[in-house]
Amino acid sequence: MEDLNVVIAGAAGEGVQTVGEVLVETILGHGYAVFAWQEFESRIRGGQNSYTIRISEKPANAPVMGADILLALNDGAADKYGPLIQKDGILIAEKKIRDRMIPIAFSDIAEKELGNRIYINTMAIGALAAAIGMNPEILYKVLSQKFAKKGEPVVATNRIAAEKGYLLAREGCQGICPWSLPERDTRYRLLSGTTAIAMAAALAGCRFMAAYPMSPSTGIITFLAENEKEFGVFTEQAEDEISAVNMAIGASFAGARAMTATSGGGFALMVEAVSLAGMIETPLVIILGQRPGPATGLPTRTAQGDLLFAVHAGHGEFPKLVMAPADATDILRQIVRAFNLADRYQIPAIVLTDQFLMDALYSIEEIHPDQYVPEFHLADPAIIDDYHRYHVTETGISPRLYPGQSRHLVTADSDEHDFRGHITEDLAKTVPVMVEKRLAKHRELKTAIRPPEEVDVERAERILVGWGASRSALLEALELLEKNGNRTGMIHFTEMWPLPEYRFPEGKSYWSVENNATGQLARLLRSEYGIVFSGEIHRYDGLPLTGSYIQEKLQW
Amino acid sequence: MVKIDDYKNDVPVQWCPGCPNFGILNALKTALTALEKMPHECCLVSGIGQAAKLPHYLKCNFFNGLHGRAIPAATGIHVANPRLTTIVVTGEGDCYGEGGNHFLHALRRNPDITVVVHNNEFYALTKGQASPTTRIGEKRSLQIHGVEIAPLNMPAVAIVHDCTFVARGFAGDVDHLKTLLVEAIGHPGLSFVEVIQPCITWGTHPVSWYRERIYTLGKDYDPADRKAALEKTMETGQKIATGILFRAAPRKLFAARFRQEITDRPFAEIKPVSPQTVTHF
Repeated sequence: MEDLNVVIAGAAGEGVQTVGEVLVETILGHGYAVFAWQEFESRIRGGQNSYTIRISEKPANAPVMGADILLALNDGAADKYGPLIQKDGILIAEKKIRDRMIPIAFSDIAEKELGNRIYINTMAIGALAAAIGMNPEILYKVLSQKFAKKGEPVVATNRIAAEKGYLLAREGCQGICPWSLPERDTRYRLLSGTTAIAMAAALAGCRFMAAYPMSPSTGIITFLAENEKEFGVFTEQAEDEISAVNMAIGASFAGARAMTATSGGGFALMVEAVSLAGMIETPLVIILGQRPGPATGLPTRTAQGDLLFAVHAGHGEFPKLVMAPADATDILRQIVRAFNLADRYQIPAIVLTDQFLMDALYSIEEIHPDQYVPEFHLADPAIIDDYHRYHVTETGISPRLYPGQSRHLVTADSDEHDFRGHITEDLAKTVPVMVEKRLAKHRELKTAIRPPEEVDVERAERILVGWGASRSALLEALELLEKNGNRTGMIHFTEMWPLPEYRFPEGKSYWSVENNATGQLARLLRSEYGIVFSGEIHRYDGLPLTGSYIQEKLQW
Repeated sequence: MVKIDDYKNDVPVQWCPGCPNFGILNALKTALTALEKMPHECCLVSGIGQAAKLPHYLKCNFFNGLHGRAIPAATGIHVANPRLTTIVVTGEGDCYGEGGNHFLHALRRNPDITVVVHNNEFYALTKGQASPTTRIGEKRSLQIHGVEIAPLNMPAVAIVHDCTFVARGFAGDVDHLKTLLVEAIGHPGLSFVEVIQPCITWGTHPVSWYRERIYTLGKDYDPADRKAALEKTMETGQKIATGILFRAAPRKLFAARFRQEITDRPFAEIKPVSPQTVTHF
């Protein structure tokens, strides 16, 4: 089967997400993989949003900008998203406005025959099931589970609505819907970036999360609050981001694995505390879900615009870790790793994600959480005689205890301090030693950082260089380019700072591919490795990079 | 038996000789000793300013963090390890100015911590600018025409927002301050003690000016009477009341539900969730 791309479009409040979610469930029930991603306006009602579902036999977790089938829930949505319809694609909407479409009077039928506009969505799902060539019984099962709590009459009417949509669309499909979804035995599991972060944090032993609501990161703390019983993470909505991060640092100082999550604007408020965590050598994990800036920017859109901000966050010189996971599975690995490294080196760790990655749903064959093992590095007070919190060692790492753990006293001071943690102005002896102690940890940490992923680097002459969540788009671009006889390679970073010991192969033509306007990774790599870039593909319109976007820009 | 010497350390004090802050330090050490708290059972939390240096001058666990952020840090510390006696030591610039928002929301949360605010009515460490409690008209190093904006009355704010323990002490009366601190630390929930701490270097008034105006609330005063308490906080200028201004029955503590339903142990002692929990989710 060729991949099939279905786009559901409509205003906020019209049920775009509900239609999408039911459809995704139904597709999984047929044994196929889906990749679903959303783009939406920053409003609760109105505007035009879309939910895109890519259906494939094997997971194809990369976004495609295009529709084999577009369902438009209002006229404006049909206008705005109409251009996405592929040559052989179709439109499902209320009014006949083009060839190759299935017009269905959803509102009329819902109001007159079913008694409520609320059934428009279920009819539309039925229509999509017919156009895609699904087994409607699987859809009916998904619907009855979804509405079970609302009682038998609601389940029954929804079934009637779905049947109506299905039958009407089947009629309208004649000759224009070549698709079918024969049932398969495979069962994929769905994981969003947001859920992956929350689950991985729990797996890593996180016990404390404080945050201030901000798109696209709010879902993490919400998920942990909803599942407090299972995961046992204490959650608190702070009065602002400054409070959130200082609470997390306090909890971490007191021995709990702690985190916070925000976006660029909230992270700007946290920056002083990043420096504090560096100074008092307290582990901290911050999730920075990127969206386009400057300032409020595009609150619900995506970008990779905060890499240099994260790398340089915090006044003064101190070690920190910056990571950028590629997808939901990679998040499981990287988040646990971020907690482990933050604990081992007693440093702040910033994990860069973005709106696209947080909100997207990835199909996964199976997750193996036992592969991601939390490692704890608190010292044993029983074997310590005379305890000094900032005892100087060769690696710069001092034994860390938490207050109240034993009779040993634990200290933290944001002022420059001596090995006991007390304020010092001993410029001659103590200050340089403490500066060097902290920076020694940077050198140690650097040796733990993994090199970038290389794909076809030896065979290809042209190499795309990217990072984070655009990995799947880069890989798809390589495939598309290869099909057209343009062999291209990829170097992809997920561990951003410190940069690893790495040698870029010579004699290649490097292209910077990033979801920002200025090529922030390229700038970082130029200064660290001295490499030269031959070209750049930078997307900065608030939408994610896709394989075909990269391919088109490259072949233009 | 805990002795006051258990709290003694050898860190050189950076305050001016004769600073009333020494009185507050002594009162705190005496109070902790009276409460039979060992140094390792306490965690002092501070921000930036002269008051915020206090944790360095006694033996204890301490977290001397960022300007204005002592309360959030203390909240996190106390949630993560409820066995600690967590005390915030701060100044009015740190707590009412830079960190004012956190103070307001701490009143709502009601964590079981004690907040001791040294109020000297201006900024001392930055050499004499006005603070959130400097009186209108008073000339300060930056407010050369006199302060033109109104001072904050945080004890009143705390009483209005259901803080169940609000007291005012005087750094010049160590014994009385000690009894207030003993009561405050023992009280469940957020206890707030504002301490009048005249500055002998940059202050507008000498310590004697304060002595003449300060009086101690007597047995005839009922701290359970919220209206009377508010009236006491409104007395400004010529009379300054010290003592327990307001005390109400303890209300629900921050994190109480979590402690009851999930765990009341220090978070560091809890094992991470099993991989199965995540797999089956």
